[in-house]
Amino acid sequence: MLQTFFEQTGHPELVILSAQWTLDIDWLLYFTRKDRIVFVPQQSKCTASMIEILEGLKAAFWLVITFDAELWEISLRSLRVTLTALLIASAIAIPLGTYLAVQRFRFRRFVISLINALMGLPPVVVGLVVYILLSRTGPFGVLDLLFTPTAMIIAQVIIITPVIASIAHQSMRELWAEYHDLLISLNTSKRQRILTLIWDGRRNLLTAALAGFGRAIGEVGAIMIVGGNIDHVTRVLTTAIALETGKGDFALALGLGFVLIGLAILVNLAIHTLSQTEREGRW
Amino acid sequence: MTQMFPLTLDQVLVRRRGKVVIGPTDLVLQPDGPTIIIGPNGSGKTTLLRVMHGIERVTSGTVTWQHNDPSQHAFVFQSPIVLRRSVYENLAYPLRLIQTPKPEVAQAVDHWLERIGLADMRHSPALRLSGGERQKLAIARALIRKPQVLFLDEPCANLDGHATREIEALLQEATAAGTRLVMSTHDMGQARRLAQELVFMLGGKVHDVGDAETLFAHPANKELSAFLRGDIVT
Repeated sequence: MLQTFFEQTGHPELVILSAQWTLDIDWLLYFTRKDRIVFVPQQSKCTASMIEILEGLKAAFWLVITFDAELWEISLRSLRVTLTALLIASAIAIPLGTYLAVQRFRFRRFVISLINALMGLPPVVVGLVVYILLSRTGPFGVLDLLFTPTAMIIAQVIIITPVIASIAHQSMRELWAEYHDLLISLNTSKRQRILTLIWDGRRNLLTAALAGFGRAIGEVGAIMIVGGNIDHVTRVLTTAIALETGKGDFALALGLGFVLIGLAILVNLAIHTLSQTEREGRW
Repeated sequence: MTQMFPLTLDQVLVRRRGKVVIGPTDLVLQPDGPTIIIGPNGSGKTTLLRVMHGIERVTSGTVTWQHNDPSQHAFVFQSPIVLRRSVYENLAYPLRLIQTPKPEVAQAVDHWLERIGLADMRHSPALRLSGGERQKLAIARALIRKPQVLFLDEPCANLDGHATREIEALLQEATAAGTRLVMSTHDMGQARRLAQELVFMLGGKVHDVGDAETLFAHPANKELSAFLRGDIVT
């Protein structure tokens, strides 16, 4: 019946592979090229949400292949803000997590528990606190950073530093247990121990950093408050999605969502490839 | 080179979680060696070695070197600890810690790679080595800084005869080169082959100490005699 429908509507290139109408990629290319959507006439199989997802996919595909200028702008801003925050947070969190693994001091357990607890910091609260600190009447108001990408970076650093520090501490603690006797017997300094652990545990630390990246790239609450979602200034993918959802343009919102997911996957793959985590014979 | 020995342990006691692990016990090690420490499981051989090396704190008593230079000690553990690096990098690590110039590092590492027969595996991850290869790597890494004293905690445990022979050859070379060995073992054959001085530990205390040949031939008491016969001694 479906085959007949497609023939009658002039779309014989559509391929039906099963009763559940699995379609091949030509179908997707076809309707996006022509900017048309063809639905299977069995409405019971095509729920409203599925239609929205398909429209979202179409929108995402269309935005990407047309090199939509605004999409590129907000995507690059998303990456710039998140990667900057990630670099700063990693520079703080990795040495901190490693230090907590090798050094015994009085309130160590408390500090570790605090960092673990801060992993669940509500972004909206972070956004609010940063907003108050950076607002004109706040202690850092003179810096005039509110509603700038810098403010967004500050908020993201606060959110992801505990995430990276906690995961880094966990893996560094295991490595320290393995290396402890050797590094002590070699009479290493504290600095040498920390550097050795960071170098030899770099694959695990990369995972910690990627967890921070995942948290930051998908963050919306804090950066919406401190960034303000200003077009061409502080708008990023997540705030754009929130905006389009508010406007009721679910297809575009979903499209941006798919771009965001694609971007996150691409960055993860790029980092793994560059660091050669899976290369034979390497650590 | 300043003479580090004699090493004097005076009324050394180590307590862990309220339980006495060793001591109170006395021991004096003179410059001549090797010294082999024997004794049943749990007699405190490993703890004694760790105390002498300085990686185990004593609860009471004193450990005194004539001249202590921690950079002149090295320790080989029963389960070899290898860094998550290549074989080459494992050997280079102790030299890099003391800022040895690169050409000297390369020269020393190449020499030891050849000596322990791992030259072909220089770029392989050390964790891929077999137990015997790892132990040879650990000994070479300990010797690469030419320490005056090398402590070894049952370095040949769980190794086959071939690997044991290779390691003993390495240790004899180290002794000939002037490194003072202090080693624990369960292998009486190995103790007879390597020991110049014998220390018998029992119940956390140094029970007997003396010239190895003499003690093997004429055990000073019934506990040592029973242990050397292979009887269970507690």
